[in-house]
Parts: sequence; C-alpha cells; structure tokens
Amino acid sequence: MSDPLLALRGIGKSFLGVRVLEGVDLDVLPGEVHAIVGENGAGKSTLMKVVSGVYRPDEGAVELAGVPRTFSGPRDAQRAGIGIVHQEFNLLPERSVAENVYLGHEPVRRGLVDRKAMLVRTAALLASIGESSLPPGACVGRLGVARQQVVEIVKALALDARLLIMDEPTAALADHEVEQLYALVRRLQRQGIGVLYVSHRLREVFDLAGRITVLKDGRRVVTVDAADTSAGQLVRHMVGRELSGYYPGRAERDDPGPVRLVVRGGGNRKLRGVDLRLRAGEVLGVGGLRGSGRSALARALFGAAPFTTGQVTVDGAPVRLRSPRAAMRAGIAYVTEDRKGEGIVGGRSVLDNALLAGRAIRPAWFGRGARTARVRELLAAVDVRAAGEDQEIRFLSGGNQQKVVLARWLALGPGVLLFDEPTRGIDVGAKSAIHDLVRRLARDGAAVLMISSELPELLGMSDRIIVMRDGRIAGELPAGATEEDVLTLALGAVPAAA
Amino acid sequence: MRIAEGRRPPARILRSRPGGVVPILVILAALLVLLTIRQPDFLAPPSLMSFLGRSAPIILLAAGQYFVIVSGEFDLSVGSLVTAQVVVAARLIDSEPSRTWPVIGLLLAFGAAVGLVNGLVTTRLGVPSFITTLGMFLILVGAVYLWSDGAPKGGLTEEFRRFGRRAFEDVPLVGRVPYALLVLLAVAGLAVLLTRSDFGRNLLAVGGNPRTAELSGVRVWRAKTMAFVVSGLAAAVAAILIGGYSGVSFQAGAGLEFGAITAVVLGGVALGGGRGSVAGAMLGALTLETLFALMNFYGVSGALKSTAQGAIILLAVAVPSVRSSSR
Repeated sequence: MSDPLLALRGIGKSFLGVRVLEGVDLDVLPGEVHAIVGENGAGKSTLMKVVSGVYRPDEGAVELAGVPRTFSGPRDAQRAGIGIVHQEFNLLPERSVAENVYLGHEPVRRGLVDRKAMLVRTAALLASIGESSLPPGACVGRLGVARQQVVEIVKALALDARLLIMDEPTAALADHEVEQLYALVRRLQRQGIGVLYVSHRLREVFDLAGRITVLKDGRRVVTVDAADTSAGQLVRHMVGRELSGYYPGRAERDDPGPVRLVVRGGGNRKLRGVDLRLRAGEVLGVGGLRGSGRSALARALFGAAPFTTGQVTVDGAPVRLRSPRAAMRAGIAYVTEDRKGEGIVGGRSVLDNALLAGRAIRPAWFGRGARTARVRELLAAVDVRAAGEDQEIRFLSGGNQQKVVLARWLALGPGVLLFDEPTRGIDVGAKSAIHDLVRRLARDGAAVLMISSELPELLGMSDRIIVMRDGRIAGELPAGATEEDVLTLALGAVPAAA
Repeated sequence: MRIAEGRRPPARILRSRPGGVVPILVILAALLVLLTIRQPDFLAPPSLMSFLGRSAPIILLAAGQYFVIVSGEFDLSVGSLVTAQVVVAARLIDSEPSRTWPVIGLLLAFGAAVGLVNGLVTTRLGVPSFITTLGMFLILVGAVYLWSDGAPKGGLTEEFRRFGRRAFEDVPLVGRVPYALLVLLAVAGLAVLLTRSDFGRNLLAVGGNPRTAELSGVRVWRAKTMAFVVSGLAAAVAAILIGGYSGVSFQAGAGLEFGAITAVVLGGVALGGGRGSVAGAMLGALTLETLFALMNFYGVSGALKSTAQGAIILLAVAVPSVRSSSR
C-alpha cells in the first residue's frame, strides 16, 4: 500500500466551548476517492475547513505526504497542494477561463502578465483531464454550471493540487452532467490525485468512492470499503444515538384540533407540489437535508419568498401570502434560522427588538403604554435573562435572543408559528426552555411547524413529521418514527427494504 | 424578564454608550470654555442668543439629515435644495406681501416633494442614495440657474424675512430672542417626538438591520422614503430662515449638506444607520458652529472650515470602527 497523501491524526476542534470535532482520524491515498458522509451538523464542513487551512485544529495533526503541517490560511494550504471545489463557485464571471485559472499567480514576463503563456498552460491543463473542448479564452460567465465546475477543478490543478476536496459537487448539476463529472474524477484518480468527496447522495458515494468514512456528532464512526457495505448500513451508522435530553410531553388529546393552515399544490422556484395541513395544537416537524426545501417552505408560508402556485387557507379562509405583512395579518409568525442576520437588530435594545413587529403592524400614537406593558409581560413570560430591557440585544446569549424574538411574535397573538431551527447555537439549558415554550404554545392552541436538522429534537418534539427532499415533501412519519426513518426519506437513495 | 443579579446599569441619562449624547456634550463644553477664554462675553445673553439664532438653519438640517442617516442612507441634496427654495421664494413672492404665506406653504410642499423623489428613486429603483441625492443636487443647481436665467429675480418681503432676522426684543433675563430660535425649538421638539414615535423606532431598526425589519413587517421602503421627506421638509424650514437672514443668492445653501452630515456624525450617529439620537445630531451641529466661531475668534482662516469638516468626518468614522474591530 502506498503512503497516504493526507493523514489526519486525532483532529479536534471547538467553537466557543462547543466541540464540533473530536479525535478524527482519516487518510487519503494517492488516486483514491474517499467519501465523507454524515447528517447535517456531523462535522463534515468543519473537517473540510481544517484540511483546507481555513481553521486550525485545536488538537491533532494534519500530515501531508508524511510531514505534519500547520497551515496559516487557505492560501498556504493551496500552495501545499490542497485544492478545494466549493459548492458555491469562486469565479469571476466576466473574466476568461485562463484568467480565472491563474488568478493571483499569473505567469509574468518582463513585469507584465504573459497572456500567451497563460492560455497555453491552461489549454494543456484542460487537455490533461480530457476537457480540451473547453476554450481557455472563453468568458466564464457564459459557461454552463458543469463547465464552470471544470474551471474550478483546473484552478486547483494549476496550483499542483495533489489532494482535491469536493464539497457536494453534484448539487448544482443536471443528471447527464453528473456522468461527465464521474469521468473527470476518474481521470484525476488515474493521475494519482486523491479526492476527498463530501456528499449527501449515497448513490454517488457508492459510484465513486473506494472508502467511506461516516461522521456523527464530530466523531468518526467508521471507515469502510465501499464494496463491503450498503446504503442501509451507512444510514444506521449515521444515526443511532441515545435519546439524551428531556423533551416535554406531547399533547394527549383525543380529538385533534381544528385545521388551521392548508396548502394545496404550493410551489415556487424552490418548491414543488407541496400539500400540507396543519392543525391547532400540534407540532408538525419538518426534516430533510439542508437545501431540501425545508426553509423555503417556511419562507413561502411567511411570504418572504412566496408561493407562486397553489392555494393556502388559514382557518378556512383563502389567503394570499405575498409578503411578511400579509402573512402576519393572517396570523402567521416566523422565527428564522439566521437569528443574527435577520432575526434581531443587534444594536437595538431588548425592548425595541420585542416591540418591532407590533410597531410595524399596528403603529400608534396613543395607547402605546399598554402595548409596551404587554410586551414586558411577554418578556417575563418567556423568561428572558438580561441586564435590563435597555440592554443591546447583541450582548445576550443566543437562547435569550431567541426568547426575545419569540416575545416579539407572541405580541401579535399568532395562530400559526413557524420555527426554523429554533435551537441552533443555543446552549443546553436554554434549549429545553425553548422546547417547553414551543410545546406550551401548541397546547394553548397554536399550530406549530418546526424545522430541525437535529434528529433527536425533531423526533422528540413533533406530533407528526414531514420530510423534504428536492423541494417536495418526500413523505410523512408518525410520532413514533426513528432517526433512520427520517434519514432514509431525506437521502432518498436508500431502498425501502434497507 | 429577569434582571440578572449584579450591578444595575446606571441611570439612562448618565450611561455613555455608542450613540449617546455624553461625548458630544463634553466636546461642546470644552469648545465653549476655549471660546469664553478668548471672548469672555460670548456666553452673555445678547451674543449667545444671536449665535443660537444664526446656528438654527444648520441645526435644522442636521435634524433632517439624522432621519436619513439613521435609516442607513445619505441626503446630499439639501444644500442645493435650500438654494433652490430661496431663489424660488424670491421670484414667486416678488416683493408682494400677500404672497408670503402661500409661498411658504409651497416651499414646504416643494421640500417634501424633493424628498419623496429622493426616497422613491433610492428604495424603489435601488439607486444608492449617495448617487440619487448627488444627482438631485446637480439637477436642482442646474434647474435653478435655468429658471432664473442666471441671476436671482424678484425679492423677499419683510413678512418672509422676519423669521430669519427679527427677534422678540426686551425679553426679561435674556433680552433678545430671535424668531429663528423659536422656530428651531419648535422643530426640535417635533423631531424628538418623531424619533420616539413608532415611525422613529422602526427607522432605527431599518438602519440597524433591514432584513430583520422587513421580516418583522416593517415596510422598509416606506420608512426610508419618509426619512427623505422629513429631510426635505427640514431643508424647506432652513431655507426660510436662511433667506431671511442672508437674503437671496445662488450661494444661499452652498456646502450645507456637508455641514449637516458632519454635524450628524459628530453627534454620534453611525453612518450606515441604526444608532444615534436626533438630540445628538442637533448638538453636533451646534458644536460644529461653535468650532467655526472659535476658529474665527482665534483668527484661523475661514478657508479651513471645510478641512475641519473633512477631518471630523474621517475621524468620527474611523475611531469607532477601530474600537469595534479591536474588540
């Protein structure tokens, strides 16, 4: 067996005291495709960032060709021969293929960029991977997605990359383009380049990879030869953690509440054929991988990225959810997953943040005292801990910020609450407080839709679960479902018998 | 809500926080001390009252500019708007006393209309406000020249000019109280009320994080457009005072937009929006005028005014960003 190109030894990494990676060992041999799989939040992207020099590991070592290396940054890692092709491309659309490939390290002759050399070398690189049909002088913005991806790969090769990291490389490709990518990856393999392949699509993983490593909760569960395992086995490795943590009891009511929200044939750029019924008093969990349409569903229901087709009724009356204001008038509230970016106004006070929606929807010159008093009550009811209501909200913990956001919505008395990752980035104590609040709201008659990447949370909180895949609802599961059921629906590639 | 154990924050007024008025008060006090050393009777009622009256227009413009800046935009058009207003007023009134009040009404409408256009072009067409209002600046300058064939025509009536140059005489204690000061106090009161209204609070949220504001139901475009309208109205009132005080000329409003922006920034209002108070902005304008008076008394060339303004803007923007990046 040849020496590994890349070896990770006991990699550990924490952010703000939260462990995201722990003792990860991994190696990639020359000419090998090594796939990394795991559910959302398993630590895949953090691991890739450690390898590509974006993060420095807290523990452990990154060895390249047997030599331990510490990268000062992504450029350093590139110079050492590690290339990365992100899901989102980093290309200048107005420049040519060759200019993109040599961006930042253009060949120079007499102090000027040597365009001829740049074109010739790019052509040679393209030929070496069997892509000579791509003209080096073409403007990148006019190329299709698949060929832009080729440019990204050649960009890495121009820096003599020996290890290529590919992050969800097929996410943006059409089916026939995937075949071309396969062919390209195999040619890279023959050149002795090692590939670290991150993908949710298990079918691809089995098509390409020699070995597969499963990550879960920041640890390596197992590394197996692709030939010795099955999709079903991989899914079982990805799940199966003990249901630690406490979840509040579900509503034990015999008669389900009245139907609050109905969607028929809802669709837009990211969603297709969504049919949905949401009852008062229930928590409907929404599972699925990132980009599967979970958040798009919540944003469509809130009018932030509206449905373009289909009908929605709230409490039996048809509504048009064209804007957040329209949704708010229909009694819908939305707690976003991007708390900092669109949930709070960091520089404003706790009170201002909590008053925001009420002020916007029902502006008033008189009677504001009563409204403020009501919001104060709500802040107390959700148990916000702060130095005072005048404190800027950015100084609060994530959990307390989330409670303020919740108080803002409760001030409008919404009948439907949409939560997108309500406990992301929130510490354990505040997390169960939020869970209690969500449950309490449902018990008091609200219809709750809750998106979560965290399977235990999804299973522990939901009365029913729908799972999204490729912009559709892939299936519905009852309360007693397992992590495996959810993941099987979310990944889609696993046969039902697995 | 629970108040965390430990120290309670000090009373609201004493807290020095970003956007608070404490720093600007300190600067203003220091400048006034320097000024009285040189000119001991500066703070005596006669000179103080006339100083406040003269400063009224720039303070009004700063108050208007505050609303625009705190929403995350700029209004560079106010200087040329003031000029346009003064020239238009002179031609329309044409020394005919009965026209004074209708024309004042028209000026306010004109200011609001310019603000409305600035706001709609910025928010609905997505043109950066820096460009929108720069364009409006140039359009107004050109239009006024064209409309008056290169030289101001007509004349203002005494009824019009009294707001800028007359005063209540023989007031106990202070002696002479310029009308301009009363106009200023009235508008300042309105401005403070406006910042405490739902509109004012929403505007701070819009400047602080437009995404959050939009997703909380705030119509961001409307709030910003309203801010431009307020700035246009403030420019109209300032124009009435300036026309009265210094008469009709094409230079009536020259450079006032930069004065207003400098004042707002000096008053602790963050460029980019979301932070600061209208009181700070107006104190900033007063401080700037005090600085100019100081330069004058110490014999510094008036030509250095714009240099001082430029330095203040650069410092006011650079210092907080250095502070927050080292945090």
